[in-house]
Amino acid sequence: MAITPPSQRIWWKEPIAKIELIWIAIAFTWGLFMFFMMIYWHGAGEQNLSNEAYKTTAQQYARKAQAVIDEYTVRQENGFPVVRPPEGSDVYLIARLWQWWPILELEKDKSYRLHLSSMDWQHGFSLQPVNINVQVHPGYDMVVTVRPDQAGEYGIVCNEFCGIGHHNMVGKIYVVE
Amino acid sequence: MANSAVFRTCPTTGLKVDRSAESLIKANAVAAVVFLAVGGLFGLLVALTRWPAVHFLPADWFYLALTAHGLDVLLVWIIFFEMAVLYFASAVLLNSRLAGPKWAWTGFGMMLVGAIITNIAVLRGQSSVMFTSYVPMMAESSFYLGIILFAVGALIGCFVFFGTLVVAKQEKTYQGSIPLVTFGALTAAIIAVFTIASGAIILIPTWLYSLGIVKYIDPLVYKTIWWGMGHSSQQINVSAHVAVWYAIAAMVFGAKPLSEKVSRMAFLMYILFLQLASAHHMLVEPGFSSEWKIFNTSYAMYLAVLGSMVHGMTVPGSIEAAQRARGLTKGLFEWLRKAPWSNPAFAGMFMSLVFFGFIGGISGVVMGTEQINLIMHNTLYVPGHFHGTVVAGTTLAFMAITYLLVPLIFRRELKFRKLAQWQPYVFGIGVAGISLFMMGAGTLGVARRHWDMTFADAQLPFDYPATAFLMMGLNGMFAVLAALGGVMFVVIVVGSVFFGKKLAPDEKPSYPEVPPSAAAVGHYGSSDTLKIPGTAMLVGIFFIAFVLYYFVNWKYLSEIWPLS
Repeated sequence: MAITPPSQRIWWKEPIAKIELIWIAIAFTWGLFMFFMMIYWHGAGEQNLSNEAYKTTAQQYARKAQAVIDEYTVRQENGFPVVRPPEGSDVYLIARLWQWWPILELEKDKSYRLHLSSMDWQHGFSLQPVNINVQVHPGYDMVVTVRPDQAGEYGIVCNEFCGIGHHNMVGKIYVVE
Repeated sequence: MANSAVFRTCPTTGLKVDRSAESLIKANAVAAVVFLAVGGLFGLLVALTRWPAVHFLPADWFYLALTAHGLDVLLVWIIFFEMAVLYFASAVLLNSRLAGPKWAWTGFGMMLVGAIITNIAVLRGQSSVMFTSYVPMMAESSFYLGIILFAVGALIGCFVFFGTLVVAKQEKTYQGSIPLVTFGALTAAIIAVFTIASGAIILIPTWLYSLGIVKYIDPLVYKTIWWGMGHSSQQINVSAHVAVWYAIAAMVFGAKPLSEKVSRMAFLMYILFLQLASAHHMLVEPGFSSEWKIFNTSYAMYLAVLGSMVHGMTVPGSIEAAQRARGLTKGLFEWLRKAPWSNPAFAGMFMSLVFFGFIGGISGVVMGTEQINLIMHNTLYVPGHFHGTVVAGTTLAFMAITYLLVPLIFRRELKFRKLAQWQPYVFGIGVAGISLFMMGAGTLGVARRHWDMTFADAQLPFDYPATAFLMMGLNGMFAVLAALGGVMFVVIVVGSVFFGKKLAPDEKPSYPEVPPSAAAVGHYGSSDTLKIPGTAMLVGIFFIAFVLYYFVNWKYLSEIWPLS
């Protein structure tokens, strides 16, 4: 029994039942398949993180973000600037207690280099309802190239706990035709 | 060698039981159940708050309760119980005295004091940082100090376990190799050492940071090493509860492992690869290459998953072989249909096995896929997954073996037997519901650790779909059911331990029914005669579910915005 020492002292020389061997082979093969599937998707799939990231500081990042906001703000909404950057440009989103700043307006089927960093604690960039979730750290500037493929109004929820105002931290991205 | 240990002989198994080991098992198990009750209560408060129609606690209390819930059940309940399992699997199963009972009591004391210190820190309200306490968000310094003390206490317990293995070997208290269950416990203890070392490496500097002595802690470094503790500690649970599955199969059915070699290799896979799982938490973080992510998140090509899939066959397979040897050979499933479903030890163990595999296991592998993590990270899918592994898997398995330990170790007859018969079902179905509905809500994007899914006070409006609210309502209802199952468990255990009929020294417990261990059946290694077609069918169903669910999620992923 499993709670007593093995009854055959030389248990490592016992043959293995065929059904166990078959299952081990299937499970091992499936594991290999799942492993290579991740690599395959880097070539064939369209949803991959580039892992492009830089060390930064809150001041440095805020300065870059402000420059883009100053240049491309098209209107104000609820006290937030709405920024409409050109295609292919670097777009900065600031995560801070408890805001996603500014509101972005992007064009459908155009690519943007979206930068994410936090001014204070960790935050979670959770774009809804598409459900894209990326962690946002202070001191790190992470670049995700996004190509919105459907027009509409998207919410950015914070999904990393960041204190008592966490549940009020909502941002917005517009995708226009 | 001087040996002052006092033994009694167990009338059921004939094993010699070291009295000090027995006292330590009792103390650790009682502490475990107390913290399960406290942590479970906090969990109920959390679930009632996330039930939109109830929305029970105010925001500050919600975050406090959630911090306490994670701490008390994920860490304190489980590690205390694991200490009991370690002492049982070493001293009791090996017929040996416990090495250094004084050390074991010191460890126990440190764990208890540490757990209380951290609980007080959380209840004071200035440490609502969640169980993970990601820097630079800071708790009171006593929050970290308590966890450090708790971890060191647990480490001492692991070394008492290792010492006991050495003592038993030297004093020749058993013949041949250690039992498989002890081997599983050894796996858990080895992973625990790695886990606690990771915890010390990151929590001691964080504690010093909270005191102003250390000036900076990098949030990415913190997170990587913290999860070296946080995720690996869940692998202690996996090893321990798999050992418990084997133990229950042996104690209830007299089942033998199909093959010692295969089962031990599967445990070895855990030791070698499970620690890579820290990467599961770093898949959408800046600063890591995809090569690093893919290798680590897959436990080096899914070799630890292979271990679990092997146990998923060998545990029910050994039960089937034992039942068939008893003559339950009709069709595919007579062995399972005529299993003792009213015995809470078996019912709990078998549900633990099924839920751990189908809910916790599959969701974990899918969520741990590098790219698929993008559509799940930090949504409620994550707690949905780990309630499937840690609650439906570990907690349910630990509850199940408690029904055997109360008569054998506490020497009390089990009380409230009708209640005990239903308890695993109420708790198990409740937890399965919690897991599934949280996973459902997470698929719809609902954030974890979040007080208000209506965003009533946010500067900008956002609405989750109505289905997400339905999911959270159902989650709340099933949480109430699980809480009821938890209360039933505490009532049965506390009632039996304090008020159950005392067993005379040579008296065998009358419940749950355990066949005489002499009737051990199943002839392992018999590659010609072994027939387990029912298990093969169950494993086939599992595999099909796994493959389908895996590809469904790649399909979901392919529908989101292109990212690069």
